[in-house]
Amino acid sequence: MTVPSYGPTTHRRTPPPRPRGLAARLRPIAVIALVVLVMGVPLWLVVVTAGKSQAEALSPDLSLPTRWQLWQNLAQVWQQGEVPAALLGSLLVVAPSVALVLTLGSMASWVLARRATRLNAVLYALAISGIVLPPAVVTIVLLLRQLGLAGSPLGMIGVYTGIYMSTVIFFVTGFVRSVPIALEEAARMDGAGPVRVFVSVILPLLRPVLATATILICLYVWNDVFYAFFVIGGRLDTLPLNLFQVANAGLYLDNWHLIFAYIILMSLPLLVVFAVAQRRIISGITGGAVK
Amino acid sequence: MPTGQETLTRPATERRAPARRKTPATTGRDRTHPMWFLAPAFAILFVFFFLPTLFNFIYAFTDWSSFKSDIRPVGLENFTSLLSDGTLFGALRITLLYAALVALFQNLFGFGLAVLLEKDTRLNRAARLIFLIPVLMSALAVGYVFQALLKPDGSLNDLLSALTGQQVSIAWLGSTTWTLVLAAIIHAWKWMGLSMLIYLAGLKTIPEDVTEAAHIDGASPWQAFWSIRFPLLAPAVTFNVATALLGSMNGFDIVQALTGGGPARSTEILNIFIYRTFGQGLFAQATTMSLVLFLMVALLAFPVIRLLRKREEIL
Repeated sequence: MTVPSYGPTTHRRTPPPRPRGLAARLRPIAVIALVVLVMGVPLWLVVVTAGKSQAEALSPDLSLPTRWQLWQNLAQVWQQGEVPAALLGSLLVVAPSVALVLTLGSMASWVLARRATRLNAVLYALAISGIVLPPAVVTIVLLLRQLGLAGSPLGMIGVYTGIYMSTVIFFVTGFVRSVPIALEEAARMDGAGPVRVFVSVILPLLRPVLATATILICLYVWNDVFYAFFVIGGRLDTLPLNLFQVANAGLYLDNWHLIFAYIILMSLPLLVVFAVAQRRIISGITGGAVK
Repeated sequence: MPTGQETLTRPATERRAPARRKTPATTGRDRTHPMWFLAPAFAILFVFFFLPTLFNFIYAFTDWSSFKSDIRPVGLENFTSLLSDGTLFGALRITLLYAALVALFQNLFGFGLAVLLEKDTRLNRAARLIFLIPVLMSALAVGYVFQALLKPDGSLNDLLSALTGQQVSIAWLGSTTWTLVLAAIIHAWKWMGLSMLIYLAGLKTIPEDVTEAAHIDGASPWQAFWSIRFPLLAPAVTFNVATALLGSMNGFDIVQALTGGGPARSTEILNIFIYRTFGQGLFAQATTMSLVLFLMVALLAFPVIRLLRKREEIL
């Protein structure tokens, strides 16, 4: 699964000289038409509706607003949807979850990859079972209540870490196996202990695969509403939970302009990150999937 | 009879490690790769993943609810009541159908996009980025956008009216048969960018000379594509189908935001059922369905895991 890439892969693509037929000339037109219809229409709907007044947005359509009031709508959502609190809540949950799952997952992966015992083969199979098996959302709530963590950010962090540990272990273990063990042994000759070897030799080498895992897990956790609904249950604001609540609440019924303004606000952070780091994200996502 | 050491080491992976060392491999490994490195990760996995799963097998057989404080075992009552009113098989059928449709559409769309946008022109590169936007968007948001788009007086009907010249007012989300298909298409719309990327990466790994050789041998572009390049995409297909199937079986957000399970519960996939019954305080029923989902995925996932692991060993 995981393909290591120590450096940028270079593609040597020399297209064979082929006569440009009608199909080749129509292709760009098809691409543009497809983008406009399939992506343009829904995204356009979001932007124009978020810029309308309530009366105009009552039945959302593709027409331009008679008067743009995107800023007012965004400001209104910012206050009523409690965006600052939700943003803080989201960050409070996402950052520690990702840090924890990557650190602990890498530690475990290193030993799982290097010690090929039968016990470890079983442990590895158990560890990656969570990639496909769905978490038991209902009984998690019961467990968290017994632990006194229900509704707390700590409980949520634990749940996300548990859910995505499998993904990290799967990706990282595959990667570690491809790292030559000689690199470790050199450090060991110099008298480095296991912690030292892990921190200063292994972790830096894991950078590409950790970048991929970070992107994927951030994406999942940032947008998650299902697990958050069970675990947090309204006691902490996160961005998707608030979107869910305001869209369901009477307050926002038929307030499409506010729902769409909220969607814009909520998607912006990820879109900005994507715009800045798109090349790395794309190679990260595809790097792990196909050989 | 295997000796003690043989049971502890797997011969297949021994090749990498210095196998012929005098000391048993494990004692050396204890110093260099101590097992306690596994402890924190497995502690978290145990508490937050395995233990709740174990609880599933217990509380599905109780009368746990928000209406009373004590929890008593009731045997198979939850299962029999869900079976007798047809809810269990109904939800299972809807979930499996949804997953199959998502896997189909997501791969069709993703594959089509990959083939269309394969050449590295500037236009194609920009288009690829645009098709990735939905992947980043929250699934909940996607559901709301399409709910607005597909309303009887929504934009899709407006567009169709303008195209056909007559008033179109189809209740897209009002059909007990087709709304599930639409939900699957929308789910596929959200994730098709990811499938596209993976197919593109798969296409890139096929060397140029392979297709060129086919050309020289007189294959038409059509033949060259379907009999030479398509079979070489098998790993990408496996990965995409597996992730789409498993991802959609565990789906919730899109359908919840789009229809909330309606009309007449015809789009109520398992997770929506769990969410709804949990909200009603019927915890035991929700747990029972959660167990059913777990068993269903486990049953279907075993072949998938084997496949993934086999591929990984080849790498």
